[in-house]
Amino acid sequence: MLAFVPRPVAELPWQIIFITVAIAGFGVIVLYSAAGGSVSPWAGIHALRFVVFLAMALVIRLFSENFVKWGTFPAYAVFAVLLLLVELAGAVKGGSQRWIELGFIRLQPSEFMKPLVVLAIARFYEMLPIGQARSWSAIWPPLVLIGVPWFLVMTQPDLGTSIAVMTGGVTVMFLAGVPLRLFIGAGLAGAAFVPFAFFFLLKEYQQNRVLIFLDPESDPLGTGYHISQSKIAIGSGGIGGKGYLQGSQSHLDYLPEGHTDFVFATMAEEWGLIGGLFVIVMFALLLRWSTVVSLNAPSRFGKLAGGGLTMVIFFYIAINMLMVMGLAPVVGIPLPFLSYGGSSMMTIMICIGLLMGIERNTRQGGGGGRLLP
Amino acid sequence: MIRPGKLITRNSLNITFNRRTMLIGGAQGLVGAILAARMAYISVVENERYKMLSESNRVNLTLIPPRRGWIIDRNGKPLANNKADFRVDLIPQRVRDVDGTIDQLATILKMTPDKVDDLRAAMKDARGLQPVPVAAGLSYEDFAALSVRLPDLPGVAPQRGFSRQYPTGAAVGHLLGYVGIANAEEYEESKNPLLITPGFKIGKDGLEKYFEPQLQGKPGARKVEVTARGKIVRELGVQEDVPGKPLKLTIDGGLQEFVARRMGRESGAAVVIDCQTGGILAFSSMPCFDPNSFSDGIGRLEYAMLSQDERVPLLNKATRGLYPPGSTLKPMAAVACLQHGVDPEETINCPGGYRLGNRFYQCLGRHGPVNMVRAIEKSCNTYFYAQAHRLGYDKIAMVAREMGLGEDFNLAGLNQRYGTIPDSEWKMRKFKQAWTASDSLNAVIGQGYVICNPLQLAVMVARLASGRKLYPHLIPDNRVAPTLPYAPEHLAIAHQGMAQVVSQGTAARSKLPLEGIAMAGKTGTAQVRGLGSGSRGGAGVPWKYRDHGLFVCFAPVEQPLYAAAVVIEHGLGGSRAAAPVAKDFMTYMFDPQKAMDSLAAMEAGWGGNIQERMASEFASFRARAEGRVAEPPPQEAAD
Repeated sequence: MLAFVPRPVAELPWQIIFITVAIAGFGVIVLYSAAGGSVSPWAGIHALRFVVFLAMALVIRLFSENFVKWGTFPAYAVFAVLLLLVELAGAVKGGSQRWIELGFIRLQPSEFMKPLVVLAIARFYEMLPIGQARSWSAIWPPLVLIGVPWFLVMTQPDLGTSIAVMTGGVTVMFLAGVPLRLFIGAGLAGAAFVPFAFFFLLKEYQQNRVLIFLDPESDPLGTGYHISQSKIAIGSGGIGGKGYLQGSQSHLDYLPEGHTDFVFATMAEEWGLIGGLFVIVMFALLLRWSTVVSLNAPSRFGKLAGGGLTMVIFFYIAINMLMVMGLAPVVGIPLPFLSYGGSSMMTIMICIGLLMGIERNTRQGGGGGRLLP
Repeated sequence: MIRPGKLITRNSLNITFNRRTMLIGGAQGLVGAILAARMAYISVVENERYKMLSESNRVNLTLIPPRRGWIIDRNGKPLANNKADFRVDLIPQRVRDVDGTIDQLATILKMTPDKVDDLRAAMKDARGLQPVPVAAGLSYEDFAALSVRLPDLPGVAPQRGFSRQYPTGAAVGHLLGYVGIANAEEYEESKNPLLITPGFKIGKDGLEKYFEPQLQGKPGARKVEVTARGKIVRELGVQEDVPGKPLKLTIDGGLQEFVARRMGRESGAAVVIDCQTGGILAFSSMPCFDPNSFSDGIGRLEYAMLSQDERVPLLNKATRGLYPPGSTLKPMAAVACLQHGVDPEETINCPGGYRLGNRFYQCLGRHGPVNMVRAIEKSCNTYFYAQAHRLGYDKIAMVAREMGLGEDFNLAGLNQRYGTIPDSEWKMRKFKQAWTASDSLNAVIGQGYVICNPLQLAVMVARLASGRKLYPHLIPDNRVAPTLPYAPEHLAIAHQGMAQVVSQGTAARSKLPLEGIAMAGKTGTAQVRGLGSGSRGGAGVPWKYRDHGLFVCFAPVEQPLYAAAVVIEHGLGGSRAAAPVAKDFMTYMFDPQKAMDSLAAMEAGWGGNIQERMASEFASFRARAEGRVAEPPPQEAAD
């Protein structure tokens, strides 16, 4: 490190900052094109939001691990109650509601629940005596911690977020050492449960989305239209893309949601396979960084939380990209740093901030030698 | 839950954590690899396919209907051409609110209530992309007013194009046919997207239908870039259409129109043939529909009026109207007699009829002794009764057929009913009965089983006049017709008889008002209500029971140039109704101005020209029909 750089600046996690700036910066460029070559309405706000949330992440980074641990359960409780309130408000008004209006911001409790479930379960396993790590008492409390927000989000109904909440929580359980056969058993049970869930828990529009995912051409002008047009945008881009600001699918409105859920298709049409691989590689670097952070973390809480948060970020990326390429049904999950939208960027940045904090803790504590560079 | 014998330590949990983290990391890497591979597959392997889909999204190809080939007369004058036109169609599949859209269109285009009703009815039966015509011939102001409102009117397709125009309207209806929008079956058959292009029409009847391949032309195309909502972003290029080839006919446009107009308020048909080539100069069946209204999509009310008219404007009487030819066959019968050795100077006494067994066959008068020429001139039945009785009709029938009677001509797809020239073999086949002398007597004066269409009568007189086996045709050709196997002096006797018909005989009032040009002809009167006295079909009975008037003729007598047949339905008699019409159009051929002057005077008495009369008839029909629902027209309008 250069000597004249002040220590607090030099100690900033430049690697991950560079990665997120690169992806989000690319996002700004893509959104500029999605608006037909205009900073408004999306690109400018996207850049501004990223700066604000990056600053927020750098602040979260400074939280001590003890502070995070101390705050985990109260925060979990508060947001569980808020989730319930949202649910009740929706029931009173009729129709579904996902947020609470705070005047200056729409607070979406389910977004906060994604990192909070991870933190709460990590905290739980940290508190659990080591000897009980493979016992019943290591299993049912996390299931409750996952189940309550999962159920509340599921009934909103918000299929994507509820699965994200569950995935983060279950990942922490897995990393905490819960016996493998339980996951295999649960996986089999889940497979058996899918038909039941499909017919009795999903709303009709969700059922349609799944059906159309299985056969997109069956409904080329309805829900399948999204997937078809997305594939056309990606496929027509070829290797080098049609050129910046030259994407006909997005500019002529054939691609729906080209600035939010299907932003990857907007990008791929103009930047081609090269742009796509760039995005995939940058996300891989991001996940590699966060995986290394969790492996190097000295504390059990840090390890488990790091692993869970990594999975939350991965979940966004993977489901969104599988969806736009026609490998997963259309569930409203945005692509981190590229999709226009505040709440998902906030959630991802909270996760990144917490991971930065874990890394900082590792560096300061100098705890047990670093596993990987 | 606890597995016995397995000690859990912080270290063992850390090892599990590391192992499982690597497992998850590996799984994530695998997903990443799948995504990269999938993307490479879509964008590289399937690139061509998706590029095409993307282009077909972006680029909208609109066909430009080709301009239809003109139909021109022998002098190059257009009988059917195209006029620049602003038009509007509805594309049923794209219309969201049918009633609302029609209401708006009615307001913007100021449509009359019966047009709006027609449009509603048409939209009820319409499906898919088949365009339904709303209006054609719009003013630029209406067109612009509509174009401005297009974003709120999905499915409305205004267009600048060309539409078919028949300058002489009803005068060419049965000759040319008309054009119309391709129907669903026609589209299903060929799947040609041109057929459902708004503004495109195909020939539906007559020559327009028969010569469709030649007249159609090749469509142009307009490429535009459109958004998902159908908004046009920019034009990418235009390929001009290739107009159809012109079709030249043997028709004389001026004569064609004159004949149609001269028919006046009568119902009938007239065919004029060029005696040198057999080319048809005029081909008229009146009254007739206006092919311009058919081509614009005829209204229900107008169609109801045409189909309820007792003068059957939808029937082409020139080829599909069958009439007993009456005495018009006598010159032909005379040639047959001469052919079989009858001496033209032989006289037969006419006491006012002919006795066959215990029946007395009436003649029109008491002519005394007549030879052949005089028998033709006076149209003496007795003379021909006697000859037919002596020769038998079979011999006359052979000549009749040689003259084109009973023949189905190959005439550009024109649908014909070719009637009957009977003989003994025919009667046996048809009725299982032997031919009788009585049959011969009836047949020789063009009654009984004999029945012909006006085209055949025109061909007969053209062959008689020229002595050659002319074939009627509409498309010019240079073939020379073979000579008929009759001695010129035999034909000359028939010519002389016919000349005397006009100069001093039954059609003496129809001499051409021209210096040095004389017409030869033969009148005929055909009973509508059985055989018998003229009074049964005379002026005192309702129109539809009156006798038909027929006239065949050629001119000039010495050097025949033009031959013609005229049939006036229920016209009471050939000399009274048909011969004057022939006189006027023959006059037109030699002195058009003189003929036009006398026509103008007549039309003033009839209440205007064809178009004016049709308009006033329609107005009164509409007034009568007010409040009553007219029957919907079938898809194919004319027979």
